[in-house]
Amino acid sequence: MQAAAENVFKALSDPTRRAIFEHLSRDGEQTVHALTDRAGVSQPAVSKHLGVLKNAKLVRDRRAGRETHYRAHPKALAPLIDWMSVYGAFWRDGFDRLESLLKRMDP
Amino acid sequence: MTNTAPTRSLVIEREVPHPPEKIWRALTQGPLIEEWLMKNDFEPVVGHRFNFRSTPVPGWNGVIESEVLALEPHARLSYSWGTMGMMSVVTWTLTPTKDGTHVRMEQTGFPSEESASYKGATYGWTKFVGNLERVAGGLD
Repeated sequence: MQAAAENVFKALSDPTRRAIFEHLSRDGEQTVHALTDRAGVSQPAVSKHLGVLKNAKLVRDRRAGRETHYRAHPKALAPLIDWMSVYGAFWRDGFDRLESLLKRMDP
Repeated sequence: MTNTAPTRSLVIEREVPHPPEKIWRALTQGPLIEEWLMKNDFEPVVGHRFNFRSTPVPGWNGVIESEVLALEPHARLSYSWGTMGMMSVVTWTLTPTKDGTHVRMEQTGFPSEESASYKGATYGWTKFVGNLERVAGGLD
């Protein structure tokens, strides 16, 4: 697995981090405080999780006064979501099975 | 695809030594579709909603939600293909040739990183990836 994909994969392998990432993907930018209220773990724990997500480029942050705001950066999932190659292989297999079926069918 | 449509498409084409009428049967008769693709409740009627069903795997129920969008017997078949938060369209085009048929499959609507549907696809995939956490644990 390439390094970028492995980083993303590891970052999302933790259920709390995954929940934080999904929350940011769905609801947009949030402060650490808001995320902590939702996450059910302590603020230092949330900050640590955000650090891992940021390291994998899955989230981006910006400071505004005393608060840090985080937002999802779903583009970082690209190494995992190569739809073209997933479906390319899928349909080529399908074509193979279709051709073999055509040989077996009545004319 | 123009620059304004933030999607990509996949095209697969093959020349097969069978007439379009026969290929049409394989593409539009439920039991035959099942033999080469998946279980289904397809009906050759525009507007018919149906499912393709594959073996579920952790994080994916194996269901593809579809609707027949276009139907021109022996020539063109188009259905939507929705799964894992991503909607695309599959179109089959059959063109007779001297020795058989040119079969073209185009799947359009793969989200680019900029499109709104990317968020939906992202959500589906994070769920999928999440179920691989035991595997990921082995990476540490």
